[in-house]
Amino acid sequence: MRPPPAPLVFGPITRSDVVRYQGASGDFQPIHHDEPFAREAGYDAPLVVGMLPAGLLTTWATDWLGPANVRRSRVRWTERVWPGDTLTCSGTVEREHVDDDGQPLVDLVLQAVNQDGAVVVQGWMTFVNPEG
Amino acid sequence: MVDHAALGARGEPFVMPIEVGKVREYARAIGSTHAGYLEDDEPVVPAHFLTTTFFWEGEHGNPWDRVQMSQQRGMHAAQEYVFHGEPPRAGTKLMCTSRIDRIFEKQSSRGGALTFVEMVTEFRDLEGTLVAEAKMTAVETAPEPAAGS
Repeated sequence: MRPPPAPLVFGPITRSDVVRYQGASGDFQPIHHDEPFAREAGYDAPLVVGMLPAGLLTTWATDWLGPANVRRSRVRWTERVWPGDTLTCSGTVEREHVDDDGQPLVDLVLQAVNQDGAVVVQGWMTFVNPEG
Repeated sequence: MVDHAALGARGEPFVMPIEVGKVREYARAIGSTHAGYLEDDEPVVPAHFLTTTFFWEGEHGNPWDRVQMSQQRGMHAAQEYVFHGEPPRAGTKLMCTSRIDRIFEKQSSRGGALTFVEMVTEFRDLEGTLVAEAKMTAVETAPEPAAGS
């Protein structure tokens, strides 16, 4: 296996980053950009849409192993993310194996960590191993 | 509050064309500069791109409203995409069908009941071959006890 790249550091996350993601995804849940709506729901500010940090994790991994090699991605959110947060995204190889068709696969475990050291998103991805 | 009767509810099938500009827009929004997304004439979709069914599902494609999860106590807990081969490329059309696949309860570590709901979306090519599946997991916390009770 080629060595993993340096972590992807993204931030401080701006509201424009959130709006760009929501426009690209079509998820216009207002709690992520509408200040009065977020306050009404009990938050001090709109919170960052979770699929943005989840996407950053996949970006780190596809830069390494290639967009066409992705076969599975699962993410779980563990902490809220706020505008102003800076996230560090990286991961490690959990397992190299071969599927029933003889295809070489690599399983990754990933995490996005905020500036306070808290894990905000965990990820698990499977790629076709580009090096066989 | 989650309505358990939503279990098994299905949205109407709908078609999602994979568009090159939309793939590039999504890739940029998640901080990617990879040529496989931004320069390839027929780029594969990013790992979570199929979430953009929002643009194509229409009024009846998404059965999620049937769940009636609380806006205040509900949240997106986990998300998964599985590809049966290379991720689909721009220029293809996918037939998409969503269903409420599972509703279950767990006790939280803080004592309250948590209600989990899983919605599965199948993505088939126009020959009917399953090319990808999405599983969205959301969780609703129990209502706070009324003051004084």
